Amino acid sequence: MDQQGGMEAAGAAAEHSAREAAIIARILGGERELFHELIRPYERGLYLAAYGMLQQQEDAEDVAQEAVIKAFKALASFRGESKFSTWLMSITLNEARGRLRKHAGEQLDFLSDSEEEGDYTPSVLADWRYIPSEELERQELRRQLQQAMAKIPPEHREMIILRDVRGMTTAEAAEAAGCSEALAKVRLHRARMAMQKLLAPQLAPRQTGLLGWLNRKAGGR
Amino acid sequence: MRSMQCKHVWEQVSGYIDGTVSPELRQEIERHLAHCRYCSAVLDSTRNLLVLVGDARTFEVPVGFGERLHKRLQQSMDALEAGE
Repeated sequence: MDQQGGMEAAGAAAEHSAREAAIIARILGGERELFHELIRPYERGLYLAAYGMLQQQEDAEDVAQEAVIKAFKALASFRGESKFSTWLMSITLNEARGRLRKHAGEQLDFLSDSEEEGDYTPSVLADWRYIPSEELERQELRRQLQQAMAKIPPEHREMIILRDVRGMTTAEAAEAAGCSEALAKVRLHRARMAMQKLLAPQLAPRQTGLLGWLNRKAGGR
Repeated sequence: MRSMQCKHVWEQVSGYIDGTVSPELRQEIERHLAHCRYCSAVLDSTRNLLVLVGDARTFEVPVGFGERLHKRLQQSMDALEAGE
């Protein structure tokens, strides 16, 4: 982004935050119904974050619902030091973590939860499967992605969701997750590398196979 | 000049993709990638992974999610108001 583009984006973001702050003030002043409009642009993202963490549709929906109710009740405590969307996301992640802790012991069998820069060997890009139907490919890919996500530690999973699924900046992702930017970067790297290793056979840059449709869409990237 | 080792390239893949590595390190990585097909494949597959997880079609929201969310929120708001 050039300098002018960057300034325009920053200006638009500030304008957006000011608009949200005005709506929040009205909600706190008694116009409660406006809260529905305030959260509408973010509700899809909240569900996807919860789903990414929990890999379970009903739990994810429940977590997203609980999170917006908590946000409504705690709205007066939102000081505008972070973006409203980041604040909302941090409430959702806390809910999702609580849910994961409840299920702890049932299925928590992660590859590694070390924060250290350990040895990492990427997967050898070997075989791949050819599935002609794109819809089938998507379903199969989604299943494989979910399986891979479930295998990495929740705090690493959070970073993939915030940065790569939701497109937050590293600073925003760190704030939503409640960790430092440096730790967010380490977690993101480890998460991506673990996912690469788990999914590499399907991620080979070929023009056919599971990712063929994506490669074609992305111009063969 | 001696090229970087593969292991050092893997440690930087994420930063390289995000464009957060220094220009010197970027050059070094690119010199390595120019002759290492293995690391190039690792980079390509990681990029593919990011395209995939960032694709809106990969993760879908269930039908009726929004309606159910706002209904439950409204119930909660009404209960709060009634309790005040």
